[in-house]
Parts: sequence; C-alpha cells; structure tokens
Amino acid sequence: MFWKYGLFFSILSGGIWGIFWQIFFTVVGILTFGTPLSLDLSQIMIIGPLAGIMYIKNQKFLSIKFHLTAIIIITFLIFISHLGNPYQAEDENQLIIFILILLTSFFIWVSLNHSLYNLSPGKLSKHDIESFFIKFMWGIGLIILILITLIPFYIMIMTSLKNQQSLILNPLDLSVNLNTDFKILFNSYIELFTNFNFHLFLINSFIVSCTTVIITLFFSIPGAYALARLRIPNKKIFSGTVILIYLIPSIVLIIPLYAIFSYIGLRNSLFGLILVYPATTIPVALYMLRGYFSALSSEIDDAALMDGLSRIQIILKIAIPLSKPAIVSVGLYVFMIAWNEFLIAFMFLDDPNIFTLSRGIMSLNSSEIPQQHLMAGAVIATIPVMIIFLYLEKFLISGLSAGGVKG
Amino acid sequence: MTNIKKKNKNTLLEKEKKLGLILLLPTILIVLSVVIFPLLANFWISFKPVSLGDLRPPTLIVKEHIKGKLSDKNHLAEIKYRYRNSSIKYDLENVIIKDIIPNGLTVKDLQPAQFCKLKLKELTCNLDNVSSRSSGKILIKVHKNDQWQKELDNPKKTKPLVTFSSKNVLTSFEFNTENFKKVFSASEFFEVLKVSFYYTIFGTAGALLVGLLAAQILQKSFRGRSLVRGLLLFPYVSPVIAVAFAWVILFDPFSGIINSMLVQMNVIDQPINFFGQKYTDIIIFGYVFKFPLALSMVIAFEIWRYFPLSFLFILARMQSFPEEVYDAAKIDGASPFQQFIYISLPFLIGIMSILFLLRFIWTFNKFDDIFLLTGGNAGTRTFTVNVYEQAFAISNLGAGAAVAVVIFIFLLTFSLLFMRYSNKETF
Repeated sequence: MFWKYGLFFSILSGGIWGIFWQIFFTVVGILTFGTPLSLDLSQIMIIGPLAGIMYIKNQKFLSIKFHLTAIIIITFLIFISHLGNPYQAEDENQLIIFILILLTSFFIWVSLNHSLYNLSPGKLSKHDIESFFIKFMWGIGLIILILITLIPFYIMIMTSLKNQQSLILNPLDLSVNLNTDFKILFNSYIELFTNFNFHLFLINSFIVSCTTVIITLFFSIPGAYALARLRIPNKKIFSGTVILIYLIPSIVLIIPLYAIFSYIGLRNSLFGLILVYPATTIPVALYMLRGYFSALSSEIDDAALMDGLSRIQIILKIAIPLSKPAIVSVGLYVFMIAWNEFLIAFMFLDDPNIFTLSRGIMSLNSSEIPQQHLMAGAVIATIPVMIIFLYLEKFLISGLSAGGVKG
Repeated sequence: MTNIKKKNKNTLLEKEKKLGLILLLPTILIVLSVVIFPLLANFWISFKPVSLGDLRPPTLIVKEHIKGKLSDKNHLAEIKYRYRNSSIKYDLENVIIKDIIPNGLTVKDLQPAQFCKLKLKELTCNLDNVSSRSSGKILIKVHKNDQWQKELDNPKKTKPLVTFSSKNVLTSFEFNTENFKKVFSASEFFEVLKVSFYYTIFGTAGALLVGLLAAQILQKSFRGRSLVRGLLLFPYVSPVIAVAFAWVILFDPFSGIINSMLVQMNVIDQPINFFGQKYTDIIIFGYVFKFPLALSMVIAFEIWRYFPLSFLFILARMQSFPEEVYDAAKIDGASPFQQFIYISLPFLIGIMSILFLLRFIWTFNKFDDIFLLTGGNAGTRTFTVNVYEQAFAISNLGAGAAVAVVIFIFLLTFSLLFMRYSNKETF
C-alpha cells in the first residue's frame, strides 16, 4: 500500500506544513502592512510536497550547506510559481514580501526537519508510522496552542498603541511605527492616567487586594493549623462544609449582599469590598493551607509541646517558618483572585473615585470611549498579575495546583 | 494513677478543643456573616415581591423655609415646613414632626391646628398617616419678642426631628411563591436550562480535552518548555475583564481583525457578528444546520480560558508517573498509541474525572465571562446571567433571588455527587 511508505508521509507533511506556514505568514504580512494580501494556496500545495520529497531523498547528506541550499530552492520555487509577486502586494513592499517568503521557506524546512527526521522513504512499520504521526502532530499542536493562547494578548497590546483614525481606516493595520513620538504611541495610556483616574483605580486595586491577602492569611493560618493538627469534634463535617462554601459562587450571594450592604450603607465603599473578598477567599486558603500543614511532620509539634511551647507559639515559630513557600503561594493565589474579581466590584462600586481596575475598565466599555482606551485599560490591569506571575511562577503554579480549581 | 492520667488527658483534650474552636472562630464568624447569612437571606428574598426600588426605605423628607427676614424693622415672619413621602409605594404611619421654636420668637398662628400643638417652645405635629407620594405643609406665623437676638434666634438652627413607622417588604412576614411561579412558568426557563447545560458540558469537556492535549505536548522535554508552560497559563491568570474585552474586540463585526481578515481573504462575503448572532446556517452535504454561533463562541472562550487549569493538573499527574512502565511497554513492543491508550489514559482517568466534576460545577456557576462577552444575549443566557437580568436589569430582586435558589439547588446536587465520587483522594 502506498500510504505505508515514508515517501508518502514526506509528501503529506510537506503539503500540510506548506499550507500552514503560508497562511501564517500571509496573516503576519497583512497585520504588518495593513494592506490586503490575497491568500492563494494552490502553488504551495505543490511546492510543499516537493520540499518534503527533497528532504527525505537527501536525508543522508544533511548539512548546514544542504539546509541553506534547500531553503533557497524553496524560496525560488515560490517566487517563480507566483510570477514574482506571491501575495499580489503593492510594489513598495517588495522587500518585506521577499523576507516573508524567505521566512515561509525557512519554517517549512525547519518543520520538515523536525517531523521527517530519521524517517526512511521506504516501507514503514506500524510503530514508525505512529511515531511519525505523533511527532508531526506534536509540532503542529505546539505551534497552534501557543498562537491561540497569545493572539488575544497580542491584539490587546497592539490595539492599545493605535489611534482612533488608523483603527477606523484600517482595522488590519496593527503595525507600530517605533519612530513615532512616545506621547503619540502611548497616548491611550497617558489619557487613562490623566483623564480617567486610572492611577486611583490602580491604587484602589492594590489596597483591596493586599488587604484581602493579609486578612485571609491572618484568619486562615490559625484555622488551617487547627484543622490539621488539633483534635476538634466534627472535624470531618467542618472540612466538608469548608469545601461546600468554597464552591458557592458570588452570583448566588450577590442579591442579598447588595440588599444588605445597601441598607447598612457599606455598598459603595472599599471597606465593603474588603469585608466581602476575604469571605470568598478564606475557605480556599483554609483548604490549601490545611493540606500543607498536614504534610508537615507532627513530631516537631510534639517535641515543641514537650519543651513547653504553647500552640500559638508553635504556629508562629514552627508552622509558619516551615511552610513559608506554601504561604507565599496561597497569598499570591488570593491576590490574583482579589485583583481579578469583577462581579462584586461591579455591583458594589458607584463612585468613580473608589473604582478598582475591573470596575474602572467596565466604565470604559461604552460607545463614546474609543477601543484603544479599553484595551490600554486591559493591559494596565493585566501587567501587574503578569509581573507577579513571571517572577514567582513556581509559587503560583503550586498555589494553582493546590487549590486552583476555583475560578 | 491511671485515673489521674485519664483526667490529665481529658483536660488536655478539652484544652485542645477549646483552642481549636478559638482559632477557627474568626473564620466561622466571617463566613457566617458574609456567606451563610446572605445565602439564607437569598431564600428569604426569593419568597417576596421585592424590587430594586424597595432597597431605598421610604422616608419623610422635611424642608424648613423662612419667609420674611427678621430685623430691627421687620417684626413678622413665617416658618414653613414642607414634608413629602419619598416612597411611591408605601404609606408612612405614626408620623411625628418635632422642632424647637427659638426663645426670641412668639407664635401667633399655627396651621394645620388640628395636628400641631405648641408646648412651651416645643412644636409637636402629629400627622398620623402620610400616604405614598403625598405631601403637605405646616405654617407657623411668628413675631419677635423682647428677647430676640439676631444671631441666636434663627429658627433654622434646630433641625426638625421626624419619627415614623413604615411597612417594609424586606423585613415583613409576607411570603408568596410568585417569584418561583414566574421563573418556572416562563417559556424561557427551558431555554435557559438548555443553554446552561450546553455551555457547561461542552465548556468543561472542551477545556479538559485541550488540557489533556496540551499536557501531552508539554510532557516531552524540549528547549524553552518551562517558558511555554508559563505562556499557556496566561489566559487563566489574567483578569477576566481584560481577556473578555480582547476577545470582543478581536471578533468585532466592524473593526475586528478576524472579520476584516476573513473578508479580505475572501473566505466570507460579509462580516459575521460572532457574539451577537444567535444562529448561523451551515450547509453540510446539502443539509442546512442551525449552528448556535454566539453560544459556541462563548464556549470557545471558556475552553480558551480554562484549559490551562486542566493542563496544569494533568501535567503534574503525568510527571509523577514512573518512567519505567513506558520503557517496559516499549520493550514489549507497544506502539505509542497503545502506550497512550493502555498506560497513560487509565492512569489519568482518576484526576480527569475529578477535574471534570469540579470544573463542571465552576462552569455552571460562571457569570463574568458570558456577561462580559454577550451580556446574555443572542441565545447565551444561562442561569447565572438570568440572576443578574431579573434582579438588576428588570429590577425584580425577588425573581433574581428565585433563580439564584435554583442555581443553589443544582450546585448542592453536583457537590454531593462530587463528594461521593471523589472519595478521599482530594480531601
């Protein structure tokens, strides 16, 4: 059967990679020029498979020189097949077109080099076919996964740097001219901080989130210790209740909270938020910390008790220092929940001076305020979480995996 | 001897019990006041005809005016109180207005005389009943006497004191099941039910599958793996409001990149309103399918945002797996697919079913995402969005609370199922 031969797979993967990269770079081209480029896949459907055959037939002679030659050949083929202007772009963009084609060829070849490596052109065993298939899907899967994850963020940042006119004129033009004046480029951000009180929102968000973290830890550390170590009646029921409470969403509580807080006059205040947030985070923190504390050896506690330390002293001098990383990750996780919280902030806050970032961005969502302001607001809200995340990824990941089924 | 030991042990146990409860007390208190009490209050409200306007309790607004400026030449003035019931729905009962007339003034005339009395300098008006929306006034003619001093004897110096009692729907003991009747009888109930389950099942399963795929891809070690692992968590750790609006702008029918791109590449003729169109026709082999577009987009967002979570859990689980088993399988001639199906999958099925149940609960409870993407329009109204819609868009708090009760009952059922099936593994 023909489909059991390595040659067939080289043709197949050549075709698929060719189409994939052609689409990818056409999109990249459109977004960098903002001019329409047509997508024509018929030529690459022939050139791609040819490249695949070229790779598998010459597998024994792989060297840098061969790789370079191959890339040049593919580039040349793409040019010739399109009569010199594969994207039917305007003449002024010829150089960038050339670079795009070069990149297309380069990536096709690198991809082929990954998926066809060590594949013989002859008849293949079932094992080899599956290995090839997995390798091939791995490459495509990885790239698609990364692209899908990042595209909305890319759009967010690029849109925030544009101005109203160019967005309306051509929504596709996401190119950013780095030579433009700083003030024009970051116009939306400057606008948000000067005219839309975003500095206040940022401070408010920090106050609310940090206070939530402090209160949560202050309440949940002793509670978690008690649940992990002390002999309390009905401990099981209590732990179960904690989890049940942790599953109750704020949408179920929002109506009574709205009514009660309106009545007692705490609704439109940061204090009200600081009262509600810990109640939603303490059960999670309790649940996570209890796990960590139970994992600590209880012999240390017993020894400390023998030495005459009280339980409170044990918590302060032994449990907390020993589980510092755990406490950091719980703290970060709680910070993230409080920082990202939307519903309660949206329902509670009416006064623009005490808006948190989530609430502030919601107020930008109107037809009178240009899109790039909205996106700049989104970037401002995202950056602090990202910085924390990148710096302390390890902590946060362990925090997420310990209790992070919430969200 | 043994008795003393036993006694000691018991007191130690008592002490521990006491300390444990003290340590847990702050948590219990805050959870009781901000979670349990509101939860009960929600049940309470769901049986009452409460609207958003009822949150502002009816009051009597009283304003005091003085006509005529008292001076050395002018001896006469008129004090006027205008009062008004702020509520358009509820009457005020036992209304009493009290005020002090300054020493330097003598009252000549009091209107309406049947309600108001003057006892020394204290004015007491017993208005009894002020019905909703109604208003009235009290007129007092005064002239200055010998003790009058310009600075001291301004009648406005003392504020009128108002006492009254009113009926309050929120605290009264009147209940009915109107809200539930409304929620269940509405034709949209089944639509909402269908959409909720559609969203929850596909969103959860999709996120789990993509998470499994991502974990498979990232299990293989390659250069930059930890960086990619970090990148893949971005959707989950970013604020929902930021990413939701990024999606809205990305798919915007007028200025969105996806639409302009598809139009320019001649894939579609006209821009598609991804988040605003309930159905789109898809033709497969001549059959016209009604594809729920907006709902699918919302589900896609849900998958995009929450696959990192399943991915993280599954990857952690996979990395705890002994490598030797795969080596043994390879020696036995198992193909990669067989390894996946017969070794990895059975090993992962436990964590995946727990993840599915937990994520199912969370997705069912999800509000922010749909609210921000579509506002619950175009066939994407789930129960959670319906709570907001009823309570705050239509201003019927009672009906919203009734929907919240329905959600809570579902939640309770799911949680009990979850606790039963997850056994001891997670606790």
